[in-house]
Amino acid sequence: MSSVPLSVYLVLALILFCIGLFGALTKRNAVIVLISIELMLNAVNINLIAFAKYGINPSITGQIFSLFTITVAAAEAAVGLAILIALYRNRKTVNVDEMDIMKR
Amino acid sequence: MNGELILFFVLALVAIGSGILMLNLTKVVHMVIALVFTFLSIAGLYVMLSAEFVAFVQVLIYSGAITIIMLFGIMLTRHDDKTETKIGVPRMILVLTGIVAFFVVMFFQINDLSFGEQAADLHVDNTEKIGIALYSKYVIPFELTSVLLLVALVGAIILAKRDDEDKGAEDNE
Repeated sequence: MSSVPLSVYLVLALILFCIGLFGALTKRNAVIVLISIELMLNAVNINLIAFAKYGINPSITGQIFSLFTITVAAAEAAVGLAILIALYRNRKTVNVDEMDIMKR
Repeated sequence: MNGELILFFVLALVAIGSGILMLNLTKVVHMVIALVFTFLSIAGLYVMLSAEFVAFVQVLIYSGAITIIMLFGIMLTRHDDKTETKIGVPRMILVLTGIVAFFVVMFFQINDLSFGEQAADLHVDNTEKIGIALYSKYVIPFELTSVLLLVALVGAIILAKRDDEDKGAEDNE
């Protein structure tokens, strides 16, 4: 029925996860770090939906899992951005390597 | 080489290319705009994987809400400085080595993974099936998610509220 195998989707999700991991570890702007984390969560969602169709036991459960993941990711983005704005008001910076107030 | 494979490769190319573009651009607004294309092509992949409702949710939440909230975050903070001051070369090499090692290990694990052809009919009445499962089998996680969203809403408002306005409100009372 389908010609695209499961492993190709998994490799694509792995590549996107690695891009997000690299961005989260090397970028200095905290907004970009947050959105890189969103990209990693998206890669996980691709895995969930691919297993929902091509897994051992294909059912609708994988899609429902990914819906919950999207909801939690949206809540995480909102709270993370609120923390970022509160931090910017106090420290006047959004660079993650200058957020070392607990290290000193 | 049929149409489905071509569509998959186009969507995957747009997704990965926009991700690489996000890593290489200098202005932060352009990075977020590049990631919109990644999110949209991932929504296309969801349609290919017979998950139409999740594709709509992806377009609404990621391409709409999260991108806009990230753009708000960029506009409300200082964004004029370009990120040309990168991190040091030793740390970059360390991060690259770790990520390449992770990629290689995971790639050889999942490269020839296949569970055979599964005859799933997920695309038939997709939204109806999701609704029935969400309100019967997963009703408690669904309600817990609503509580989580409420907590995140209140927490975000309290975190982002100004302190001097807080004092002013207390003085008024």
